[in-house]
Amino acid sequence: MTKLLRYLKDYRKESILSPLFKLLEASFELFVPLVMAKIIDVGIPNQDVSYIVKMCLLMVLLGVVGLVCSLTAQYYAAKAAVGFAASVRRDLFGHIQRFSYSELDTIGTSTLMTRMTSDINQVQNGVNMFLRLFMRSPFIVFGAMVMAFTIDVQSASVFAVTIPVLLIVVFAVLLISIPLYKKVQSRLDRVLMMTRENLVGARVIRAFNKEEDEISQYENAGNELKGVQLFVGRISALLNPVTYVMINVAIVALIWVGGIRVNLGSISQGDVVALINYMSQILIELVKLANLIITLTKAIACGNRIQGIFDTKSGMAEGSREPVQVQRTNKVVEFDHVGFAYQGAQEESLSGIHFTALRGQTIGIIGGTGAGKSSLVNLIARFYDATSGRVLVDGVDVKDYPFHQLRGKIGMVPQKAVLFQGTIAENLRWGKRDATEAEMYRALETAQARDFVEAKEKGLQTEVQQGGKNFSGGQKQRLTIARAVIRNPEILILDDSASALDYATDARLRKAIRRMDPDITVFLVSQRAATIQYADQIIVLDDGEMAGLGTHQELLEHCEVYQEIYYSQFPKEA
Amino acid sequence: MKGVVITVKSNSVSKGTIRKVLEYIKKYWVLLGLSVLFAAVTVVLTLYAPILIGDAVDEIIGKGNVDFEALKKIIAEIVIVVAITAAAQWVMNTCNNRITYQVVKDIRSKAFQKLEILPLKYIDSHQYGDLISRVIADVDQFSDGLLMGFTQFFTGVMTIIGTLFIMLFINYKIALVVILLTPLSLFVANFVAKKTYSMFHLQSITRGEITALIDEMVGNQKVVKAFGYEDQAMERVEEVNERLRKCGLRATFFSSVTNPSTRFINGLVYTGVGLVGAISVMSGGLSVGKLTSFLSYANQYTKPFNEISGVVTELQNALASAARVFELIDEPPQAPDAPDARRLEEADGTVGLENVYFSYQPHRPLIEDLNLSVRPGQRVAIVGPTGCGKTTIINLLMRFYDVDRGRICVSGTDIRDITRKSLRENYGMVLQETWLKTGTIRENITFGKPDATEEEVVAAAKASHAHSFIKRLPNGYDTLISEDGGSLSQGQKQLLCITRVMLCLPPMLILDEATSSIDTRTEIRIQKAFAKMMQGRTSFIVAHRLSTIQEADVILVMRDGKIIEQGTHEELLQKKGFYAELYNSQFAV
Repeated sequence: MTKLLRYLKDYRKESILSPLFKLLEASFELFVPLVMAKIIDVGIPNQDVSYIVKMCLLMVLLGVVGLVCSLTAQYYAAKAAVGFAASVRRDLFGHIQRFSYSELDTIGTSTLMTRMTSDINQVQNGVNMFLRLFMRSPFIVFGAMVMAFTIDVQSASVFAVTIPVLLIVVFAVLLISIPLYKKVQSRLDRVLMMTRENLVGARVIRAFNKEEDEISQYENAGNELKGVQLFVGRISALLNPVTYVMINVAIVALIWVGGIRVNLGSISQGDVVALINYMSQILIELVKLANLIITLTKAIACGNRIQGIFDTKSGMAEGSREPVQVQRTNKVVEFDHVGFAYQGAQEESLSGIHFTALRGQTIGIIGGTGAGKSSLVNLIARFYDATSGRVLVDGVDVKDYPFHQLRGKIGMVPQKAVLFQGTIAENLRWGKRDATEAEMYRALETAQARDFVEAKEKGLQTEVQQGGKNFSGGQKQRLTIARAVIRNPEILILDDSASALDYATDARLRKAIRRMDPDITVFLVSQRAATIQYADQIIVLDDGEMAGLGTHQELLEHCEVYQEIYYSQFPKEA
Repeated sequence: MKGVVITVKSNSVSKGTIRKVLEYIKKYWVLLGLSVLFAAVTVVLTLYAPILIGDAVDEIIGKGNVDFEALKKIIAEIVIVVAITAAAQWVMNTCNNRITYQVVKDIRSKAFQKLEILPLKYIDSHQYGDLISRVIADVDQFSDGLLMGFTQFFTGVMTIIGTLFIMLFINYKIALVVILLTPLSLFVANFVAKKTYSMFHLQSITRGEITALIDEMVGNQKVVKAFGYEDQAMERVEEVNERLRKCGLRATFFSSVTNPSTRFINGLVYTGVGLVGAISVMSGGLSVGKLTSFLSYANQYTKPFNEISGVVTELQNALASAARVFELIDEPPQAPDAPDARRLEEADGTVGLENVYFSYQPHRPLIEDLNLSVRPGQRVAIVGPTGCGKTTIINLLMRFYDVDRGRICVSGTDIRDITRKSLRENYGMVLQETWLKTGTIRENITFGKPDATEEEVVAAAKASHAHSFIKRLPNGYDTLISEDGGSLSQGQKQLLCITRVMLCLPPMLILDEATSSIDTRTEIRIQKAFAKMMQGRTSFIVAHRLSTIQEADVILVMRDGKIIEQGTHEELLQKKGFYAELYNSQFAV
């Protein structure tokens, strides 16, 4: 949490001025009783109406000045708190964007979402309250104590005992409740995850008639959340009564000690009244302080969770910030005895991968489910780091590239067709920021998507709903392909991304890609033998290892795994 | 947040919201009563304590003039009063906590229940992030406001009433001055609160917007990375973030204006009391001592106004959030089952589509005059270019969407006359988009049949060839699957989805491109299992793989929402029509 506070640095002025103005306001507030005392001590005995009116006007003036100070303080506090939250949100988002696939896999989307939304909001509230109260309340508490000592040292010793004990109690509650608030948040996380899951899986849940079960499970999660909240609530509900009791015990002690002192003639009755007043004032401020602490406790718990995300460092360092010099070689992609294991996995998902893809070649990758096809292509764009061996692009280790330079060379069409909210044109500009309409149509044509886009009333300006829900699976795939080819990549990777296309479209697509630019190196991951059959090299993967490498003919003659795949799709008699 | 009309909330809207909130609270009237009761006890005793302390002070008059016996008695009384006050306070707080968290849970459950019965059209056309932010963040905000409202509102109101009585008792003339000035304070609080409400509403909307954007960018971070879109994503987030900062600043600042403003008004009240009081003292109507205690009570009297106005702002904020949640809860649910809808027991497998018309958007017709008659046990393959309406047929068969015209019959009955539950029980569905629940592999497999035995689970997994990979996972069937299937491959997820259906074996099957992510070797085995499973079961298969389709009894060739060809593989090939063209293109490069 403390590390997050550096975000207040940009609002140093506000963070200092807000408490200061708050102090000013508090001081003016303390003046008012003095002025009133003047009215009673001077105005009334002298029957001086004009003096009384003058003093009343002075009080109004103090009120106005207090109001101005207070508004200034509130404004600066709000500015600092909101600005702080905005900076944290921005940087947290930036930080998440630096995560590699491994971190994203482990942390999970919904956790990241709570951190970015409700956690930050809580911290914002905390900062706002803190700036407004952290100087004011202690100022009045200790101010009152100092005043007490000026009246009578012996009686004031009651203050010297009470205040530290109070502080200890307050901090004890704080220490007990912080971990509990963490628990509340993790329960809330679960509720959030379930909500999300039910939105995404609405069809399956309904198909299986699981609505009732889901509701009852949600009910359980909700009850768990409520249970923890109530528990924390009971503890923090202690804070106010306990402080109240302690202050009043102190007052009773004051009366007793005061009584003895008055009996001895050391102090007057009025002094006792003053002492009691100071004690009451402390009570009022402590109640405020207690509320502040509850808000702060929540804010700190949330802040720590945010800090936790900041502390998760990307396991992948960018090779360099500056573009590296690349010789144009014929060997576009080289795998040098590459092995790869997912974080936390015991077994390697890929091992001993060794091949060279030349410029302009088409490389087919085929193999069973879980054979490691996607893992292999994900290494080229360095979404994951190889655990052994080297992956080279244009003769340079991918680890030496800046991400932008490396990924700029690559057009990637992932397995899951993801589109973003916005228009088709905006989605295509993901591939190339300054793409012209002509370029877009060319890309759509290559991706076999021109027809259906043109059939839309608004063409390129057709709105894409979140996740591309208003397009069919095949249309989405073709749009994601268009998004990749529009950037004229040196390397185009199609990760089983034509699975929803019929054979005719698939075939036309492959032809069109080949026509685009003879220098493009294409990686085709597929389950279909027909799709990769004409590739220059085919990599046959079996359980993470290369079971074969060669052309269709070569593999058909020598590679058992390939034969099995091929003949299952093209029965020999056909 | 697109699609939500931003309206400046009139009072009636927030009144409606308040009424709804009260509906939820009504259930806990016992707790509410207790809370009010103990609040009253707290306030009365809190007001009484200073009187006792004053009495005690009166026993300490001067040197040698202190009545320690009387003092002891009073002190004992104080201790008792304080103890009771503290206990009452704690009970009150606990009641408030209980009411708040109960109500919040109730509202959240209600919202969630609504999610389960909303028409899919609503879910399909709204951003998940926005809906999530309503169920989570807005409800949270509401809970904070409600809690604060309870804890401070009652005590505040009662302190005001109690103090008022004491002041009237001391001197009714000056008390009247206080009473006359009070509305000013309320007026200011009200004015600020109104202003604040619309700002909070805007803040709420902007928060929804940023949640949706972040959800999209973080949720699809892998694509963002692949396209080096990080900078642009950042720019977009920064843009909304900046807007949120601006409207957040306004909302936060204006809400915090209330306190100082009412404090200022209170200062005026205090001054007024001082002025009138001092003049009364000069004219002999009041003693200085009375004026002093009057002033201290005047101070006490105005303090709760501060608190209440603070609470009012917080409540406004909470109501703005509650309004968004209620918007979701009040959304019309899918048309309920017809009152005389009957349960479809074991379907015989006849399915008929008669003159079916359907479109997602009224002005964009998709399916027009579709007719199809399926006999029990037939295997229907639906093929055709992408976007020709194949997935839509599934939406209609499962009644995720209702037909616009015409009808769909199962076992001779219009599916709108059958309960949804029983209709869907008769279908086993595997979609192209694999969805798994967070939980163990076993929980996912037994999703449709929670009481399945271990043997049944393993048998189903073996039949769908998922057993071998499950076995190799660190905890076998008890391996936890994280969100979105986590580290499982697309194909493995698909295998689990198939196993899930394999376990229930309903009389009719729907397979939507289900095998497209599974390698052919596994697929061959699955197809064999499917063939066995499909025996005697009416099946609809949407697939692009000709090998999947070849064994179908009827192949429907669709184009632009219409069935253009119909027949077996051989028949269609001989026809040399669109299907033949599709089939032959398989070998073309």
